[in-house]
Amino acid sequence: MVKYILKRIGFLLLTLFLVASITFFLMKLLPGTPFNNPKIPAAQQAILAKQYGLDLPLWQQYVNYMVGIVHGNFGESYQFAGQTVSYLISTRIGPSLQLGVQAMIVGTLLGILLGAIAAIRKNTWVDAVATIFAIIGRSIPNFVFAALLQFWLAYKMNLFPIALWDGFSSSILPTLALAMAPLANTARFMRTEMVDVLNSDYIELAKSKGESQWQVVAKHAMRNSMIPIVTIIGPMAVDLMLGSLVVENVFAIPGIGQQFVQSITTNDYPVIMGLTILYSVMLTVVILVVDVLYGIIDPRIRLSGEGN
Amino acid sequence: MADNIKLGADAFKHVQVNTAEQEKIAAPSLTFTQDAIRRLKQNKAALISFWVLVVIAVVAIVTIWFSPADPNAQHLAYQHLPPKWGGLDIPFVNGVRKGVDLYATNHVPKGTYFLLGTDYLGRDMLSRILVGTRVSLFIAFLATFFDLTIGVFYGIISGWKGGLTDTIMQRVIEIISSVPNLVVVILMLLVFKPGLTSIILAIAMTGWVTMARLVRAQTLQLKDQEFILAARTLGESGSKIAFKHLIPNLSSTIIIQTMFTIPTAIFFEAFLSYIGIGLPAPTASLGTLLSDGQKVLQIYPSELVFPAIIIVVLMLAFNLLADGLRDAFDPRSNNR
Amino acid sequence: MTDTILSVKDLQIDFKTFAGPVHAIRDVSFDLKRGETLAIVGESGSGKSVTVRSIMGLLANNSKIVTGEIMYNGADILKKTKRQLNAMRGNDVAMIFQDPMTSLDPTMPIGKQVAEPLLLHTKISKKKALAEAVRVLKLVGIQDAEERLKDYPHQFSGGQRQRIVIAIAIINHPQILLADEPTTALDVTIQAQIIHLLKEIQQKIDTSIIFITHDLGVVAGIADRVAVMYAGKIIEYGTVDEIFYNAQHPYTWGLLEAMPTLETDTDRLYAIPGTPPDLLDPPKGDAFAPRNPFAMQIDLEQQPPFFQVSPTHAAATWLLYPGAPKVELPPEIKRRREIWNSKYATKEA
Repeated sequence: MVKYILKRIGFLLLTLFLVASITFFLMKLLPGTPFNNPKIPAAQQAILAKQYGLDLPLWQQYVNYMVGIVHGNFGESYQFAGQTVSYLISTRIGPSLQLGVQAMIVGTLLGILLGAIAAIRKNTWVDAVATIFAIIGRSIPNFVFAALLQFWLAYKMNLFPIALWDGFSSSILPTLALAMAPLANTARFMRTEMVDVLNSDYIELAKSKGESQWQVVAKHAMRNSMIPIVTIIGPMAVDLMLGSLVVENVFAIPGIGQQFVQSITTNDYPVIMGLTILYSVMLTVVILVVDVLYGIIDPRIRLSGEGN
Repeated sequence: MADNIKLGADAFKHVQVNTAEQEKIAAPSLTFTQDAIRRLKQNKAALISFWVLVVIAVVAIVTIWFSPADPNAQHLAYQHLPPKWGGLDIPFVNGVRKGVDLYATNHVPKGTYFLLGTDYLGRDMLSRILVGTRVSLFIAFLATFFDLTIGVFYGIISGWKGGLTDTIMQRVIEIISSVPNLVVVILMLLVFKPGLTSIILAIAMTGWVTMARLVRAQTLQLKDQEFILAARTLGESGSKIAFKHLIPNLSSTIIIQTMFTIPTAIFFEAFLSYIGIGLPAPTASLGTLLSDGQKVLQIYPSELVFPAIIIVVLMLAFNLLADGLRDAFDPRSNNR
Repeated sequence: MTDTILSVKDLQIDFKTFAGPVHAIRDVSFDLKRGETLAIVGESGSGKSVTVRSIMGLLANNSKIVTGEIMYNGADILKKTKRQLNAMRGNDVAMIFQDPMTSLDPTMPIGKQVAEPLLLHTKISKKKALAEAVRVLKLVGIQDAEERLKDYPHQFSGGQRQRIVIAIAIINHPQILLADEPTTALDVTIQAQIIHLLKEIQQKIDTSIIFITHDLGVVAGIADRVAVMYAGKIIEYGTVDEIFYNAQHPYTWGLLEAMPTLETDTDRLYAIPGTPPDLLDPPKGDAFAPRNPFAMQIDLEQQPPFFQVSPTHAAATWLLYPGAPKVELPPEIKRRREIWNSKYATKEA
């Protein structure tokens, strides 16, 4: 197991190294920086270039950048003079993480519940309603859903703050908007798994022991159908990262998603590069954690892992 | 009990039984595809979705030549007009908002109607939505194309060759999928200009990964089956085996996965345009329309609602059709 | 008469399908006596599994009990509430399943799984339940039970897993044990061990067994009495000797002929021709008639009633009707009749 994790971490570092290098060279391929605008006098341009280390040979810039990354230094923002990328990210990551974690919890828990109920009451109206709900959840883009939530619940009915980041109540609507896709996907996945499990021989054996329907579900069916759910946490993390870009914009939340979109529109390359690497780190770490977690909670994998 | 039943002698005449007859299969046999199509036709939701998509596609294509108005023509005098359907005097489609006939107050000439109203630059919403739908369908078509070419062949080669080739190809996939596809698009955007090209390139680079994975897994399974082994023993070439034996057996996986790729791709384009890094202005896309609509949602909700309805209907129809196809081609998946 | 512990009377069960009701069980009646082993033999789809599942109250959702009663301890199982059924299952009546590879929860340690029925039906502490689990596991032949309580099913072999399944079934000393093809999924050598184990346990905990199988060969080793099922009906029943050496129904003959024995000198394996009838629309007369080389006109028109052969033996075939013609028996059945006659020569006279 330890050997496996170490191997995976090694591969993760290699992936990140490649991502960082590709990002760096693509940025350098670009025709210009915000500073070689013809309106800026040449002398000024030279000063700016020097300040950002752009006058050095390419390989020197690359080495500097990579060394910087290792030390957690992603350079300085072009847009906000004097602010380092790391600082910018550190001030903005809080709301994004909070939203992401809240949405993931809400999405998986409700999704598991919905999928389980649909499977237990398979082919009844409960199942039909849950299935319709899940498919609609998959079909409404989160930015549309976010806008509709904002319009009805905040603007028309005044139940929640319309936008901005001010305490827990302002995080409810963005969390709901963000949780929709993971919820729908989890529910669908859970239903399939649970239907499978409920048809399995060991569930019949559990019933033959004299367990009631709820005991069967609670003691055997839930755990067995929830183990594979872990595998969709990775794709779910991607959904949440993407979703945060639009949801943070709709609700004007000062998170990294909003910052990312802003940096793209202002060509703030160091911030874009930093955030690209950050997103890749988050995604690869989530995938690694999920794989390790899967090995821990599924006894079949856990023990065969020990044997190797 | 039994003994008091009276029976005549002819009751005990021996009868010949023809067992060979019974072993014939009674029902006409259907091929796998026929059977799947039959199951699909029983799925009402999928069938309706299919026809809805056909209608949307036909309308979107035909209106290339018969557009109700120029989608990019601005009439600053006609900003934010509500919908008006000819002379109909029905609320919401009579050109009246809050008791004021805006068509009259804005001096719109008689005979000019905007069926879905106008946007903040006085552009005809209907024409713009049609353009946006076309863009979405085009993206859907492209995503399918990349899935079928890159995805299928990558998967087959990786699964079929095995060994080092497979290991390297799988590592490549792992790297691609550990970079969020948004990041890929943004890198594309920075290198090229924002627009259709970068979106297409991004989809070309990332969209086929799931397909490649599924096809590889299935190929690995098929590879060890007798009919493939037989074909190999008989000395058929690799490409011939791929086309004659592998692809027909992979077809249900391929069809189902393609159908799941489409809504993802449509969403992705709309998403990029929505955050302003997709199609550049003034080209309409469902994403840009939604983004424009979002800005004025509180005053003119219809400008968000109409494009929202179209994108939801598109996504819903593709999702339902995909579910239907999956159930039809893989009946085990739902009705166990 | 020894006392009857379970009595199934006129049981009829339908399954609702899109094509209409499938008449899976058509008028099945039998008694189970205390301490005996009754084998129910039949091919797949003959209704033997459905019969035992109805005793457990574990029928699929689309099933419908048309008529009949299953009397156990003076009460009709078919009339029990869910709660009463749960109290009975795993306590008074327990079941052993066919495939040990899939019938244990893959994510729960086996100690917990074996102790579960005890914890469900008695107010015993967890610790004591686990201690009892160890005792029962040893009884079924898992010798290192103490160390293996925390192990998961995949760490055991198929034979061991079936022993665990048996341990789960017997931990509450049930009065009736329903074994649904418990040896079918196992290797032949393991089959013999499991049969031996079941007999041993039956003596130790004094239980009655209903043993379902499609394999007459297995029956000889375990059963006291045999009931043969075909197309949702019992068509013949009797003691093991009566069925093996004095069978009366042509279907039973077919089963006996299809069973390879050391004595037979033919080098071809016999198979009953044709396929079982469609129970959506069961035939009017004897369901076996279309496959029966001895079929008569009456077989196609009227269902044969049971003809009593001896107090313990009856068969539903018109061949036993007093006026029916004598038929030429297949060689294998003739050979068996001769053994029967020599064994019970006194009775014959």
